[in-house]
Amino acid sequence: MALVRIDALHKHFGSNHVLRGIDLDIEEGQVIALIGRSGSGKSTLLRTINGLESFDEGCIEVDGERIHPHETDLRALRQKVGMVFQQFNLFPHLTVGQNVMLATRIVRKLGDAEARELALAMLDKVGLREKFDAFPDQLSGGQQQRVAIARALAMQPRVLLCDEITSALDPELVNEVLAVVKTLAAEGMTLIMVTHEMRFAREVGDKLVFMYQGRIHEAGDPQELFANPRTPELASFIGSIN
Amino acid sequence: MAYAFDFASVLEYREVLVDGTLKTLALTAIGTVLGLAVGILGAVSRAWKLAPFDRLFAVYVEAIRNTPFLVQLFFIFFGLPSLGVQINEWQAAILAVVVNLGAYTTEIIRAGIEATPKGQIEAAQSLAMGRAQIFRHVVLPPALLKVWPAICSQVVIVMLGTSVCSQIAAEELTFAANFIQSRNFRAFETYFVVTAIYFLLAIAVRQVLIQAGQRLIARRTK
Repeated sequence: MALVRIDALHKHFGSNHVLRGIDLDIEEGQVIALIGRSGSGKSTLLRTINGLESFDEGCIEVDGERIHPHETDLRALRQKVGMVFQQFNLFPHLTVGQNVMLATRIVRKLGDAEARELALAMLDKVGLREKFDAFPDQLSGGQQQRVAIARALAMQPRVLLCDEITSALDPELVNEVLAVVKTLAAEGMTLIMVTHEMRFAREVGDKLVFMYQGRIHEAGDPQELFANPRTPELASFIGSIN
Repeated sequence: MAYAFDFASVLEYREVLVDGTLKTLALTAIGTVLGLAVGILGAVSRAWKLAPFDRLFAVYVEAIRNTPFLVQLFFIFFGLPSLGVQINEWQAAILAVVVNLGAYTTEIIRAGIEATPKGQIEAAQSLAMGRAQIFRHVVLPPALLKVWPAICSQVVIVMLGTSVCSQIAAEELTFAANFIQSRNFRAFETYFVVTAIYFLLAIAVRQVLIQAGQRLIARRTK
């Protein structure tokens, strides 16, 4: 059974119908690349999966945790879904270590020693163990984003959502973040990424989902779709990026 | 016209001065702790629109900010007993300071809370933190840090304002001054000394608060 099931999802922002019936099943261990023009609904779709956006019709289920329109208690869902943001969003008043430990202590209720050990392990995974006591503003953008990934992973989510996580980075810092994501993918982490890194989507993605005007316009094997887009919209989108 | 200064006649009453100074400081300290607590509650109610508290705090803030402190104090000390609430001069003074500082810090802290980037809150939500946890761990510390200088200034203003508590016979520093000059008839020397004490207190309190704020809220060692 699919780890993430999205059924007939609809969402409006006022009179703007931004998601117009999304159906998407994601298997455990899959890496999904969500692409499309701005305004196509890809970020909104991603944000509904952990409840940062509500939706009006349909249903989302993650690892058996089902949410309906206008659900308010989303904490159980959010324990299963991690998220990394474009702007990193580290907590500026906490050290790197405290950023990673905060939710593991107050949400997962780990003890100090256990939380610390876990934080060190997660920072190790992103190559920043030695930055445990640094503050976010002492790190480069790429390092901050890797800490944000470690922070999300420390909650041991079943799925990790990545919302344009390299878009705010200087070009020379993009690869260090993508390398971390690549490792996660290789370890079998289920990833749903909104991305503009087409080469990365093609290399690492198991499935490409092209959003157009609030619908999934095309979905399938990334290599295949990039080589032979079936619709003129995807062909034009790929053309405009390259 | 030759006036012979006689500061010795003030120093004869140094115990009264010390006692008044300590009481002014104690009143300020208790008022600050409780007033900040009120301010934090008011700020979160207003910033996060927690009905019905947001409305209540809005009315409270306007009522306090648009009336004189002395009248607020009289209202509490002379007004409440008419309603059957027995209250002594110190309880009235503390209550007045808390109510006054609470209103001003509600607005100051609210500004800090509203300056929290939305992404910070979304990141905390995505980590499955609850509303109260997000407020306590993610929103409040940076908000207080941002507005701490304004809070320090407000506390100093309130401390200087406590001098009007002498009017309800709370024996703080100004009361001590009035008492001394009524005994030694040395008004200039007495108020000169007391003015100097207030001046030094204000500078010291501000410094202590700024240091304490950096320690407590920032926890940044380097």
